[in-house]
Amino acid sequence: MVNTEVVLSGITLTNPVIPASGTFGFGAEFAQLYDINILGSLSFKGTTVEERFGNPTPRIAECSSGMINSVGLQNPGLKAVCEHELPKLATLYKKPVIANISGFSIEEYVECAKAMERQESVGIIEVNVSCPNVHGGGMSFGVDAKAAAEVTRAVKAVSKKPVYIKLSPNVTDIVSIALACEDAGADGLSLINTLYAMRIDLKTKKPVLANKMGGLSGPAVFPVALRMVYQVFEAVKIPIIGMGGVAAAEDVIEMMLAGASAVQIGAANLKNPVACKEIIEDLSRVMEKYRISSLSEIIGGAH
Amino acid sequence: MKKEIFTIVSNRKLTDSVFKMTLCGDTSAITAPGQFVNIELEGLYLRRPISVCDLEGERLTLIYKAVGKGTEQMSAMGKGEALDILTGLGNGYDTANSGACPVLIGGGVGVPPLYLLAKKLIGEGKNPKVILGFNTALEVFYEDEFCALGIETFVTTVDGSHGIKGFVTDALKSCGEYSYTFSCGPEPMLKAVYNESLTDGQFSFEERMGCGFGACMGCSCKTKYGYKRICKDGPVLEKGEIIW
Repeated sequence: MVNTEVVLSGITLTNPVIPASGTFGFGAEFAQLYDINILGSLSFKGTTVEERFGNPTPRIAECSSGMINSVGLQNPGLKAVCEHELPKLATLYKKPVIANISGFSIEEYVECAKAMERQESVGIIEVNVSCPNVHGGGMSFGVDAKAAAEVTRAVKAVSKKPVYIKLSPNVTDIVSIALACEDAGADGLSLINTLYAMRIDLKTKKPVLANKMGGLSGPAVFPVALRMVYQVFEAVKIPIIGMGGVAAAEDVIEMMLAGASAVQIGAANLKNPVACKEIIEDLSRVMEKYRISSLSEIIGGAH
Repeated sequence: MKKEIFTIVSNRKLTDSVFKMTLCGDTSAITAPGQFVNIELEGLYLRRPISVCDLEGERLTLIYKAVGKGTEQMSAMGKGEALDILTGLGNGYDTANSGACPVLIGGGVGVPPLYLLAKKLIGEGKNPKVILGFNTALEVFYEDEFCALGIETFVTTVDGSHGIKGFVTDALKSCGEYSYTFSCGPEPMLKAVYNESLTDGQFSFEERMGCGFGACMGCSCKTKYGYKRICKDGPVLEKGEIIW
C-alpha cells in the first residue's frame, strides 16, 4: 500500500493532484464525468474584483505539443464568484480549495484576498502576479522582484490563510523573484504560469490569436517548468506547487523529485476532461513501479 | 457530456472536400439537434469539434470538410478504426417556439446539423422547409437526403450552376411564408439571414475552441444577455441576444 498524502502549509491533501486555475472553471463541467472529490485540491478560475470579458477571440491557438491561450482572465467578478460560484462549488467539492486571485493594482489584490479570507471553503490563496500593473506602467507584477514582493506583503497583511504566489516564467531570473516573495512573507509558491508565445496562420499570414500573443501550456513546457521548480527549490524554504505540462502520473513524480510538494494539472484537463482522475488512479501503479512508498518523502529527491 | 469510444462504420466522400463519417457508440448524451462532438486525433493537441448531422440509436453521422490537419486525418480513416469522442456538447436548437412552418437555412458545412433538426421538427408534426446554400454545383451535398424527408428543399449556388442563382437570402425572399428561422453557416451568411429574416430565430455560431465543454473560456462572445461560451452556452444563440 502506497501513501499519496502530501501536506501544503498544514493542509493535508489525499494526493498531490490539483487542477490548475483557468482549466477547470469552478468544477461543474468535470463533475458531470467523475466525482471531483478525489482531487487533492482544486484551484478555481482566476478571480478579479470586477467582472471581465477578457481578450477578443480567437484566443486559442494549437501547437504540436500544447496550446496558446489569450483568454485574458475572463471571470464573473469577485462578488459573483463569492455569492454564486463558490456555493455551487461547495456542493460538488468538500475539501479546501485554492482561491486564485488577480489584480491590476495592489488594492485589487487586497480586496480579493480579503473576500477569499472570509470564504470557509478556501484553504489557500494563490496570487497570480502575471497581470499587468496599471500603476506600474503596465508591466506585469510578476516580472519585477520589488513589485512581486509588494503584492505579497499587501496580501499577507490581510490574510490568515496561507498565501502562495503564482510566478511567471517570463523573467530573466525566476529565483530572485521567488526569493523576494519568500522574504515578503509568502507561505508558498506556485510555478510556472504560461510561457509567452505565438502562432501565425499561413492562410491569412497574420497571428492566429486576436491578441497576437498568449500563454503556452501543455507538454511542450514541462521541461522548462521542471527546471524552474528545481532551481527555485534550491533557493527557498517554502513549499512549491509545481505545474506546467504535467499530463501523467510519471510527470507528477518527476515534478515532486524536482521539489514540488504538490502538482497542478492545467492544459491536460482541456484535452482530456478525465485527465486528473486518470492521473490519480495511475499514481499508485507508478509509485510501485519506481519503489516509492510515500510521495511526501520524494519531494526534492533529485537534489 | 460523455467521453466515449466510437467505431467508424463508414467514411466516404460527398464532394471533393466534404466527407460523411458514420460511427457506432454511446450517443446517449446527445439530446438536441445542433449539438456537436469533440474528437481526439492522433498527434494533435486539441480535439476537433464537429456538428452532429444525424443520430439513430447508436449510429452517429458527422459531415465535415477536410480543411486542416485534423479533418484531413479524419478523411483518411476507415471502417473499424476507433475514435475518442466527447459527445453531447453545446446547447443545440430549441424547437419549442418554431411554429408550424419554420425555415432552416444552412450554408456549406453549416448544412449538416439542419438534417437532424428537420427530422425532429417533422417528428413534432411541423412542416419545415430548408434552404441550402453553396458556392457551386460541385459543392452541393445532402439535397437528396433533405428531399427524401418529404420537405420543400431549395438549393442556391453563388455561380448559378445548380438550383437558384445567388445566396440563401435570395431563396428566403421567394420561399413563401415561414414561422421561424433556424440557421447555421459562416458568419457573413448568418448576419445576412439575421437581417433578411422576417421572424424570430436561432443562429448557430462557430469559434476556435480550446476544450469544447465550457472550462477554458477560449470561445466566449458578448451577447445582450451577458457573456456566453460558444461551446457550452451556444453554439446556438437566439436572434434577440446576438450582438454582431
